[in-house]
Amino acid sequence: MDDLLREFVTETNESLDVVDVELVRFEQDPANATIINNVFRLVHTIKGTCGFLGLPRLEALAHAAEALMGRFRDGVPATSEAVTLILATIDRIKRILESLEQEQREPDGGDDDLIAGLTRMAAGLDPKQPAQAADQTVGTLVHQVLERPLLPGEDSLDDLERAFRATAVEAPQRRAPLAGSVKDDEQKQANQSIRVSVETLERLMTMVSELVLTRNQLLEIGRRHDDSEFKTPLQRLSNVTAELQEGVMKTRMQPIGNAWQKLPRIVRDLSNELGKQIELEMQGAETELDRQVLDLIKDPLTHMLRNSADHGLETPAERRAAGKPERGHIRLSAWHEGGFIIIQVADDGRGLDTERIKAKALAQGLAGEAELDKLGESQIHKFIFAPGFSTATEVTSISGRGVGMDVVRTNIDQIGGTIDVRSVPGVGVSFTVKIPLTLAIVSALIVEAGGNRFAIPQLAVVELVRAHGGSEHRIERIRDTAVLRLRDKLLPVARLSHLLGIAPAGPAGFDSGFIVVTQVGTQTFGIVVDAVFHTEEIVVKPMSSMLRHIAMFCGNTILGDGSVIMIVDPNGIAQALGSTATTHLQGAAAAADTARAERAEEATSLLLFRAGSNQPKAVPLSLVTRLEEIDAHKIELSNGRHMIQYRGQLMPLVAMDERVRVRSEGAQPLLVFSDGVRSMALIVDEIVDIVEDRLDIEIAGGAEGVLGSAIIKGQATEIVDVGHFLPLAFEDWFRRKERPAVVRRRAILLVDDSPFFRNMLAPVLQAAGFDVTAVGSGAEALAHIDDGRPVDIVITDIEMPEMDGFALTQALRRHPRSAELPVIALSSIVSAEAIARGREVGFHDYVAKFDRQGLIAALKEQGEFGQAA
Amino acid sequence: MNGDNGTIREYVTAEIGGELIGLPILRVQDVFIPEAPTQVPLAPPEIAGVLNLRGRIVTLIDMRRRLGLATEEAGKAPLAIGVETRGESYGLLIDAIGEVLRLGDETREPNPVNLDPRLARVSAGIHRLNDRLLMVIDVERVLDIDVRSMAA
Repeated sequence: MDDLLREFVTETNESLDVVDVELVRFEQDPANATIINNVFRLVHTIKGTCGFLGLPRLEALAHAAEALMGRFRDGVPATSEAVTLILATIDRIKRILESLEQEQREPDGGDDDLIAGLTRMAAGLDPKQPAQAADQTVGTLVHQVLERPLLPGEDSLDDLERAFRATAVEAPQRRAPLAGSVKDDEQKQANQSIRVSVETLERLMTMVSELVLTRNQLLEIGRRHDDSEFKTPLQRLSNVTAELQEGVMKTRMQPIGNAWQKLPRIVRDLSNELGKQIELEMQGAETELDRQVLDLIKDPLTHMLRNSADHGLETPAERRAAGKPERGHIRLSAWHEGGFIIIQVADDGRGLDTERIKAKALAQGLAGEAELDKLGESQIHKFIFAPGFSTATEVTSISGRGVGMDVVRTNIDQIGGTIDVRSVPGVGVSFTVKIPLTLAIVSALIVEAGGNRFAIPQLAVVELVRAHGGSEHRIERIRDTAVLRLRDKLLPVARLSHLLGIAPAGPAGFDSGFIVVTQVGTQTFGIVVDAVFHTEEIVVKPMSSMLRHIAMFCGNTILGDGSVIMIVDPNGIAQALGSTATTHLQGAAAAADTARAERAEEATSLLLFRAGSNQPKAVPLSLVTRLEEIDAHKIELSNGRHMIQYRGQLMPLVAMDERVRVRSEGAQPLLVFSDGVRSMALIVDEIVDIVEDRLDIEIAGGAEGVLGSAIIKGQATEIVDVGHFLPLAFEDWFRRKERPAVVRRRAILLVDDSPFFRNMLAPVLQAAGFDVTAVGSGAEALAHIDDGRPVDIVITDIEMPEMDGFALTQALRRHPRSAELPVIALSSIVSAEAIARGREVGFHDYVAKFDRQGLIAALKEQGEFGQAA
Repeated sequence: MNGDNGTIREYVTAEIGGELIGLPILRVQDVFIPEAPTQVPLAPPEIAGVLNLRGRIVTLIDMRRRLGLATEEAGKAPLAIGVETRGESYGLLIDAIGEVLRLGDETREPNPVNLDPRLARVSAGIHRLNDRLLMVIDVERVLDIDVRSMAA
């Protein structure tokens, strides 16, 4: 009996989940007979089994629900109230099942409330009978007097008779052609899956691992006896074992869609309760993860969804007023990234209320006022994860129960995940959960470093490059900084064995080995390894709690040959390489666009060097084409200027400072800047480091060629104005592009509140052949155009105080003189949302702030467009 | 060895660096030969590596280092005692495995106050045997390696 009951509970719970989903579907698509047939059949089965097991409460409920559904099946249109009632009934059935599971019997109590409602509604919906007649017996029944009141769920003989008659009507319908196909489906489903306990699978897994070990020993013996007759069967055994192992490992994996099954129902209920129209979109439901992790993220996900529906989305009226479609949209998506599973919940609602979060944080004493003023918006948003934090002023029954996002974060922390939020006012909020692939199967690259093997998650690997002296991808070392020259870009690289402290003694050569080019967010770097073996599907096992603090690893795994190896965490490596990028990486928790925006906003790759004085100098790495160390003998003096022959051309050298001494022997470090075919180099004393840091110019520069000073790595650093040096190399650097048959140089109006970017971009744009006027605010830009000065293209920053890029563009559009003017937006925030918003207000193009090539390309395009027009 | 006034406990005994230690028998899963352990870079020095034991990843604890014994031969031990805590498997490296002893409370004494603190932090008391002393190992405390200081 016990077994029977347990099986019944499991099976019924599963059926009910399906009923939930199907009913919601049916409500949206009432004409679909297949759905209602399916639902009806499931409920009918539940009813039948309850009767058989002697569970009167359940049976009565299922019966009443079935009766109402029967009406739908008869063609009565489904009303929202009816569906709500059935769903409520299903919830009650689930509660009864719960206590049935715990106590082996139905709980006390009655369900008259629901049953009465269901019966009333079924009667009311009866197409043949008017509502009042429902309780009357029509026909030849004998009037009966009940000897005792009916128990809940018990039917009077009258009702039974009616039910009997109803059944008689149903019978032929079941044999309708449609029913046949349903039955086939059912059969197929039954054949496709069976239920196995996790314990059994675990045991199987252990046995398979043992088998693998034994096979390996056999293979080892086989290798020693060269022409053994065992060879062929052994090979076969080996293959079969590998397949068996893979198969068993896969049994643990489940698509994340399983955790999402209940969400459509929840969203439906929320829509009704909140009076909002909500559309739920689910992407990546097939993304697989370990069932254990799956169970653990169900609740946090549900909570996040409720949060978005309740607090995120506006009411239809508010949405209309804001010019959005009435129907709110919540997107749930999942994907694998860099060895993690990313789950995102994004709504198109009002966005987080930064001011309110600030006020709340202040009120709760989480931060002081001065501190808050210094924080960026995204950092303020993170306060919603602080314990006890909830911005909802009213406690709603949906999500304002005092359990806020802090509980979600705690839950996610427990499985070693991270959560991040990103909000754009008026556009929406997206929560991004990043769960380590603990226990998940991933494809990994097996490499060797310092005599040990390691796995690098394949998803983080961009490409493999073979490094050797003569190759065009060679590693260059300047003092302690190693960089890889890859397709005219410089990537920071590090030897894995050094990072792990297992390098053999002696100086590390970079002349040999493979470079695993790896990407984390937007950070790309090279991991140098001694050898690369192959890729293997690995099952990630969590690190022992004693080893979990090692940031370089995110887990370990048992390889096919039975040995244990560590899985390298690309995030950890990125942190070790980028030092200051650390916090951003941890916080940015994934969504590629979030990460990209944040890091670009707050950190810039800078090349630190010394020239002329001890004070360090810096230049954005993105401006530098190459770092060179040349033999000082090769420097020639021509016409009073230093030159070298470089790649078949004469390249002028410019001393960074008159105090810089051009060396006459030894190696001379150079920073090479190129534009098209022309190159020039700055002579510097020493290249110090490459760092990721915020670039805040605090003191504007006085000296020529210096934009100002900033604190970088705790030291005052001069930021060099590259634009100043370019004309020193070629007097015609900015002019030579005039010669082509362009009648008038196209005039660009560059709007950016940061003097650094104005100074950095203006020379680049001039070099590309444009007349550039740079202004510091939207108001100045509008004044410039009002003065009637010629402007062909506007390039504007998005994030500016007072009037931002969106507002400026809208203002331009309103003005007849500038309505057709091409506008290119320049921003560190390159998210799909921002791009969409930009399109709306009329940006012609959208370019990331550091993407010089992209900007020039966009300008060309707009230029042609302007000419053609 | 029959304790009239105390409970009899069973201990698995083992030799490590010349010391005789005893582990409560119920804590001991198995005794195995640690074959081909994988070194873990950046790990605390007490961790002698990890290995695959019947499909489970076992973390090896170098008992010599853990107990602060002579470290010349650290990491080299022919045997390991398998224990489990909070769902994780560990192997305590030892030199030799001894017999199982049934000991009563009457031979048990608290840690002498002058016991080396490195031993005292993992010892749950000392049993007076006829010819030598047996240190009872508190498995939880052996596994409570302070990783936070290592992380810095």
